[in-house]
Amino acid sequence: MKKVILTAISVLALSSSFGVSLSHASEEGAYPLPNVDWSFEGPFGTYDKAALQRGLMVYRQVCSSCHAMKRVAYRNLTALGYSEDQVKAIAGEYTIIDGPNDEGEMFERPGRPSDKFKSPFANDAAATSANGGALPPDLSLITKAREGGADYVFGVLIGYASAPPEVTVLDGQYFNKHMTGNVIKMPPPLTAGAVAYEDGMPQTVEQYAKDVSTFLTWAAEPEMEQRKQMGFKVILFLIVFAALMYAVKRKIWAKVH
Amino acid sequence: MSAGPRKPFENKIVEWVDSRLPLFTMLDKEYGVFPTPKNFNYFWNFGAIAMFMLVTMIVSGITLAMHYAANTGIAFDSVERIMRDVNYGWLLRYIHMNGASFFFVAVYIHIFRGMYYGSYKQPRELLWIFGVVIFLLMMATAFMGYVLPWGQMSYWGATVITNFFTAFPLVGESVQTLLIGGFSVDNPTLNRFFALHYLLPFVIVGVVFLHVWALHVTGSNNPSGIEPKTKEDTLPFHPYYTMKDSFGILVFVIIYAIFIFFMPNALGHPDNYIPANPMVTPAHIVPEWYFLPFYAILRAVTIDIGIPFTEVTIITAKLGGVLLMFGSIAVLLVMPWLDSHPVRSARYRPKFKFFLLLFVVIVLVLGKVGGMPADVPLFHITENMIFTTTHVAQIATVYYFAFFLVVLPILSRVEKALPVPASIHESVTNCKSSCEGNA
Repeated sequence: MKKVILTAISVLALSSSFGVSLSHASEEGAYPLPNVDWSFEGPFGTYDKAALQRGLMVYRQVCSSCHAMKRVAYRNLTALGYSEDQVKAIAGEYTIIDGPNDEGEMFERPGRPSDKFKSPFANDAAATSANGGALPPDLSLITKAREGGADYVFGVLIGYASAPPEVTVLDGQYFNKHMTGNVIKMPPPLTAGAVAYEDGMPQTVEQYAKDVSTFLTWAAEPEMEQRKQMGFKVILFLIVFAALMYAVKRKIWAKVH
Repeated sequence: MSAGPRKPFENKIVEWVDSRLPLFTMLDKEYGVFPTPKNFNYFWNFGAIAMFMLVTMIVSGITLAMHYAANTGIAFDSVERIMRDVNYGWLLRYIHMNGASFFFVAVYIHIFRGMYYGSYKQPRELLWIFGVVIFLLMMATAFMGYVLPWGQMSYWGATVITNFFTAFPLVGESVQTLLIGGFSVDNPTLNRFFALHYLLPFVIVGVVFLHVWALHVTGSNNPSGIEPKTKEDTLPFHPYYTMKDSFGILVFVIIYAIFIFFMPNALGHPDNYIPANPMVTPAHIVPEWYFLPFYAILRAVTIDIGIPFTEVTIITAKLGGVLLMFGSIAVLLVMPWLDSHPVRSARYRPKFKFFLLLFVVIVLVLGKVGGMPADVPLFHITENMIFTTTHVAQIATVYYFAFFLVVLPILSRVEKALPVPASIHESVTNCKSSCEGNA
């Protein structure tokens, strides 16, 4: 048995070292993603509520003019540390088209906590035509839908630079170090000082990008903190249970040779 | 299950039921006293673990189906609603999503166990064949399940895989149309895949029943590969193996839980969090990790096979790939006849052991290149010849088939096995000199 396990381990080691050499060979792109030290990383990671609130500010004042977030509801914002009244106030700032009413007419009303985030465009076609033929993706799941997650979103937001000679950038396009193909149609969205923070955090592009990436990670995985907390309890229980079963098994097997 | 002479039970209710339907007699016979070799190692846990995973998948799957909507317009949204608004919906979905991977982990180890210790050999051929059928059904179920969230990989995976069938001459196109319910993957595809994804697990349960029934006829193999001879060689299944299996399942579930709670998307592809879009093809379409070795075999065939020196093509590269891919599983069905060596366990067959472990490495290599784009250059052989991932896949595919079709039949004839112990008991007690004296 020991021998089998040893061989299995060496087999795995052999094939994984082969795998590493393969992935090195296929690695491309001269700009590795930035590796940010996020508060939500690792098994003990949690969301930094202040960063989430600042990120929401950046989203509402900058991103939301083009990008929808239709899977998140205003009521979900209580998770960012807002009270129910604050959430009501935030939702109330938006005008939602509802209906039809009893007369069959669509009508406008102020937003309610139960509404989903209001989209900037009526539909994808409107969004595409207003943005030079490129559809700004919905951001509700963006950190789960991209290799690299929050690092990728952060990378794209700070990745604008002047194009090196080997990359052709057409009119209405921008060079970006971390976008696939290094070309993006989104103009650099963040400028220093554009969003007025109230808590004294630096109002730099980097800080904005960091905060909004944190906010978008929460939007994609709102259950993360609950998930990790439950995970510790479940695994602790399983370890105790397994240890107990091991003891039972040892006792039962004690007489067998 | 037979209505032979029956020992009465003391409990009146149990006795009342048992005299009408000998359920308890059967349980007692099949699990209470079922003589099981006493020398199992932990590899023998994976049958019970696979059974546990099947039940987990069915229970979590039925609950998910209560919230899921199989319509291309709202399928993706309904999954996101499960993740965000259904109470503990994220837990259910992550259990099911990662459960598919862990079911395959358990089954792959279970299959390896069967190969290493020769469990496929006479008289367990049919038991082995039922196992291969379960594996095939699992692959179909997993593939259709992956389509249901209707993300980009769901859609394009379904498009690529169902496109295989067009490779078959004459009937191919019609089969594909029937499978996807139209000329491209669309709402009818999603509907029938959901229906079949709900049905097939119960078919698997049925074949598992046959698999276990056949097991209880021949009895289990064991690490020594020797049949039990005396009472000294065996133990009743309960409590010895029920307890050992429980411990094994718990250890497995700990690892499974680490994935569910701390890295739930590590085994998935980010593109499946983008809603399906027929107008945008992902840069690199890959199936789930457990299909990658077979995907590599599919893509390994790059040339049409025809009559030499003519323009006539008999088997196109595409059909060749599809045939090899199906063949890579079909060849498992005949494994008991390809390997006719009288000694079962690789413990006493060093040559077989070497080639089998090499086979495992090769399957892992196939999995690795299956997840990479085709024709990625690796290194230069000469100035103009570049060694690519496709070459790796081709060499590995040749070994995959050679292992079954060449190595096993030759070893059956030429391999001289190490001395095999006289009994299971002797193999365990390891009392070389004294036992030989007794014998």
